[in-house]
Amino acid sequence: MHAFEYVAPLSVDDAVTLLQESGGAAQVLSGGTDLIPQMKEGRRRPPLVVDVKHIPELNELVYDPVEGLWLGAAVPCHRIVGNGAIARAYPGLVEAISIIGGIQIQGRATVGGNLCNASPAADSIPALIVHRAVCHITGPDGARTVPVEDFCTGPGQTVLAPGELLVRIHVPAPSPNQGGAYQRFIPRNEMDIAVVGAGAALVLDEGGQVIQSARIALGAVAPRPLFVEEAGAFLAGKPVSEEVLEEAARLAREAARPITDMRGTAAQRKHLSQVLTRRVLLQAVQRARGEEAGRRNGHA
Amino acid sequence: MPSKVMVSTHLNGQEVTFLCEPRQTLLEVLREELGLTGSKEGCGNGNCGACNVLLDGVLVNSCLVLAVETEGRTVTTIEGLTPPDQLLPIQQKFLEHAALQCGVCTPGFIVSAQALLEQNPQPTEGEVRRWLAGNLCRCTGYDKIVRAVLDTAQTLAGNSAQDSDQEVGG
Amino acid sequence: MSVDPQRDPVKGQNGQNVGQGGGKNGYRVIGSRPLRPDGTDKVTGRARFGADIRLPDTLYGKILRSPHAHARIRAIDTSRAQALPGVKAVVTAADLPSVESKIQDLGEGAINLRYLSDNLLAHSKVLYHGHPIAAVAATSPHIAEEALALIQVEYELLPPVLDARSAMAEDAPILHEDLRTDEMGVRGDRPTNVASHLRHQRGDLEAGFAAADVIVEREFFTSPVHQGYIEPQAATALYNADGQITIWTTTQGPFSVREQVAQVLQIPIGRIRVIPTEIGGGFGGKINVYLEPVAVLLSRKAGHHPVKMVMNRDEVLKATGPTSGSYIRVKMGANKEGKITAAQVFMAYEAGAYPGSPVGAGAGVILAPYRLENLQIDGYDVVVNKPRAAAYRAPGGTNAAFASETVIDELCEKLGMDPLEFRLINGAKEGDRRADGPVYARIGYLETVKAIQAHPHYTAPLEGKHRGRGVASGFWFNWGGRSSATASLNADGSVSLVEGSPDIGGTRASIAMQLAESLGIPYEQVKPQVTDTDSVAYNDVTGGSRTTFATGLAAYELGQKLKAEMLRRLADLWETEPEAIHYEDGVFSHGEERLGFQEAAAKIHETGEPVMVSTTVYPKGVGPGFATHVVDVEVDPETGKVTILRYTAAQDVGKAIHPSYVEGQIHGGVAQGIGWGLNEEYVYDQEGHLLNASFLDYRIPTALDLPMIDTVLVEAPNPGHPYGVRGVGEVPIVPPAAALANAIYRAVGVRMNVLPMSPARILEAIWAKEAQAKEPV
Repeated sequence: MHAFEYVAPLSVDDAVTLLQESGGAAQVLSGGTDLIPQMKEGRRRPPLVVDVKHIPELNELVYDPVEGLWLGAAVPCHRIVGNGAIARAYPGLVEAISIIGGIQIQGRATVGGNLCNASPAADSIPALIVHRAVCHITGPDGARTVPVEDFCTGPGQTVLAPGELLVRIHVPAPSPNQGGAYQRFIPRNEMDIAVVGAGAALVLDEGGQVIQSARIALGAVAPRPLFVEEAGAFLAGKPVSEEVLEEAARLAREAARPITDMRGTAAQRKHLSQVLTRRVLLQAVQRARGEEAGRRNGHA
Repeated sequence: MPSKVMVSTHLNGQEVTFLCEPRQTLLEVLREELGLTGSKEGCGNGNCGACNVLLDGVLVNSCLVLAVETEGRTVTTIEGLTPPDQLLPIQQKFLEHAALQCGVCTPGFIVSAQALLEQNPQPTEGEVRRWLAGNLCRCTGYDKIVRAVLDTAQTLAGNSAQDSDQEVGG
Repeated sequence: MSVDPQRDPVKGQNGQNVGQGGGKNGYRVIGSRPLRPDGTDKVTGRARFGADIRLPDTLYGKILRSPHAHARIRAIDTSRAQALPGVKAVVTAADLPSVESKIQDLGEGAINLRYLSDNLLAHSKVLYHGHPIAAVAATSPHIAEEALALIQVEYELLPPVLDARSAMAEDAPILHEDLRTDEMGVRGDRPTNVASHLRHQRGDLEAGFAAADVIVEREFFTSPVHQGYIEPQAATALYNADGQITIWTTTQGPFSVREQVAQVLQIPIGRIRVIPTEIGGGFGGKINVYLEPVAVLLSRKAGHHPVKMVMNRDEVLKATGPTSGSYIRVKMGANKEGKITAAQVFMAYEAGAYPGSPVGAGAGVILAPYRLENLQIDGYDVVVNKPRAAAYRAPGGTNAAFASETVIDELCEKLGMDPLEFRLINGAKEGDRRADGPVYARIGYLETVKAIQAHPHYTAPLEGKHRGRGVASGFWFNWGGRSSATASLNADGSVSLVEGSPDIGGTRASIAMQLAESLGIPYEQVKPQVTDTDSVAYNDVTGGSRTTFATGLAAYELGQKLKAEMLRRLADLWETEPEAIHYEDGVFSHGEERLGFQEAAAKIHETGEPVMVSTTVYPKGVGPGFATHVVDVEVDPETGKVTILRYTAAQDVGKAIHPSYVEGQIHGGVAQGIGWGLNEEYVYDQEGHLLNASFLDYRIPTALDLPMIDTVLVEAPNPGHPYGVRGVGEVPIVPPAAALANAIYRAVGVRMNVLPMSPARILEAIWAKEAQAKEPV
């Protein structure tokens, strides 16, 4: 690794100041499970590393059935996954978070870091998108919010301007009759980057037969996590049926524009986009109806 | 020359202070500065678990922790996990089940399995395998490792896996 | 009889209680499962592996590697690196003496020393992405790394060639201007990438195919795969001021390291001492030297400081191993009675940057389980711009069996015959002649087929969609080699055993058990240790499935010699002849005199010279090994994902000295075979850059990818060993890829001919089959 300076500020303001003074050259360190390998490989060479794990706001994890979920950007995955109330309120989000790496990665990796690393294949991002998450950012010019689907702008790139810090993520409280799910396809059963990831969240009517609203998002099929608005819009007002869900899945496949790389071929990814979308929609329906599929979380 | 930082951490039950560069990982400092070579480097990027330690009681890959991040924290390595006067039940079961061949991944597995059993004292085979997915072994195919962990759980729960019958088959 | 592991996973394999003493079948020790002597150190992290060696004032060495797959080196400028504070030495190929073209037998493969030298530090060309060019020693590994970035190299890029068939083409880029094909002993006259062509031939191929009622011909493609040992290569070398060289290294063969270092650096072996550390996996990949000679050079140049060099995973994958990718064509015919009438094989193996692929071994494995008269095998050793192939557990065997065992499966399908029945009809036995020539002595192949036939797995119903069951067989030659060992009788009756075989998988225990059995004392009284090259005579590498066989034979002889010496000494004491003394159940007796073993040892110690014996062996009575495997899979046709439901491996193990370690060898080989079959491969871009040099994207199986693996240990004792030992370590990796392919066929109806059978490839095969089904006839 190159030589760098390390600092651990205790407040958001101090962190923002450090980031701003570096002119964008400093790098934020939360879990380190992406940054440290990148530095070892020489892909990132920041002169200054700003450890944000000592900042109280970034460590907050608060869930309230009315207020929703406030997720500090430096909260490690295992704290989220281990929180029963959050897991019950947002199973489709928590299952995405729970499969970021193996158990050791879960001990360090953060959702904030997963988001800011902005890999097109990140597991948490499609799930955050479909759950309507909003990013709360503080910078030299004050605070602002960005819907999570707009946060990533390209592989490894976000809307954060020099000096800006992602402080926390807000997820609205779940509606009644809401269900969400995330599945990814990987060649092994764990430890792999998603070949394709699919997240879905929908709200059914009281009877559980009609879809009131739906959101679908895909990972690893575009330069950034893909919010497939048209597929979700198609589902609004439709009755739950195999044909309807399949059509939404087909629309998701249409929207996907994957590449061929060493983790998957474009044809495979297009195909999986449809397969996984259908599967998460089915699961989201079951969860919205209060039934639960008897299958491993997160895996296709 | 890059400047060094002084770090104080609670390591294996003792207050330890060391000098390191920010770019040195916890794994590197443990092995090269503190003489604790029980944690191994197998991959350097969090994919094999051979470097596993407990950080504030949480299982982590020490190759992905900067040593400076352990300031004020608690670190337990394989050396600290091993009791002074006897082996842990998991260590004993690894030996009895021949759950190691070359042994280089074994410290990581012991730390990882111990963390599992503390969190989930009666895991199913599937839960054991999922937990251990981040610990790579190339020698054993995991069969005897999983048996050793399940046997440890059973033993700790008070049931003995040994019965007095004669050996069967084999 | 085996207990269903699903019911009782905490028992050991086959239902036995673990950790118990007591031998079986009339043996006191052999067949029991004692704890290994190095076990406590290994479960506590105390054991010292290659990178754990720490000497005072050690310098750290790092290697600069080629970013290109094929290029001429125009110039190297190391001046800026040398000027960096903290850097103590920089070396390039210019620091290596020139060595002649000479073949060195490493034990598991041979190498031309000129190529070995060039692979350590490239002389005029770089031949693969990752090829070493220069090395630096500095006061910290970080400074060494920074120094590498300051070395300037000027390259002239050349087009790379990346697979065997392309490399064999007329207009292929040539790697070695002076390489000529060894055409079955005759040297070719043109520059080529084909290092050699071998042929095995007997009978009448044309008549054989004419007599066939069914013929299947298929071609197969495999990529290089890596041994995947969890511990990267690591060595520390000290070139002392007095010219004595000490090397601590993680290796399968300290004597081989000594020989390679001596030859490459042109230093007499008498000045070199190699101390093997504990070794974190080898599988054949830790026999070639990659670091040691470079560390020695750096140590001398840096002023006689120890220099420690540890590879990272990226380097391990880029520049050590792997085993050959291959192109294989198999054509086989059988008559309607199920008898193989002819077989023709074409195999081209990628040697990597220098000649020496295991195509010869592949040619021996491919038809080994079968009896047939009409055959022809052509094998080609072909260089390509990839790292030089190193031995990997039954080198060449898995590639071969993937081809032949799936063709046989297809033949069985066309004949409407059960695949195990087919193997019983054609299976080789004692007296049959292998395709590459040798006649079999006592072997246990048919027993492994019958063991699977009789196993509950084979008859268990397999219900559910997209599920299938496949079988495959495999073979490995095994090897004898040379072993040397000594044993000293201590005054308390313990025996110190000193041997030279690095312990990769529990051989300290299996060797100690054989000495204990031979001497009639408990296992716990034998203290084995693995020693360095100055402390015992020559030992061939731990590899080739030889160690329990050959070093075990040495241990057996030591036991016999110790017993003879003790009898001689007691005969003196009791004023009689050694033949008149009775020794049984650990007690020496003669008339009224009785002494237990420990008392005898104490007495002998008091009354004369110490007792120490030594032996060296080079056994010829090697027993080859056979296996038959069966696997159940489920394939998700929408994703191509394969889940392994159940796996059973039956293997002829000769005699299981320590059954837990024999089972362990089978488990490990099967796991590697599964990884090879489903997920592992080297991925290159068009320019020859290795894209997946990390455990993230070079995907070896995790605990979540495998089920429990049932083993059946068939014991057909090898007559060439006093306890019937056969090598067991390599056979298990040979069948799995083929067994999986056959199971996948039965699950989703596609015959895979490319490894790995990754989800994307299976999807494409399914789509191609569906497209074909839709085509108008």
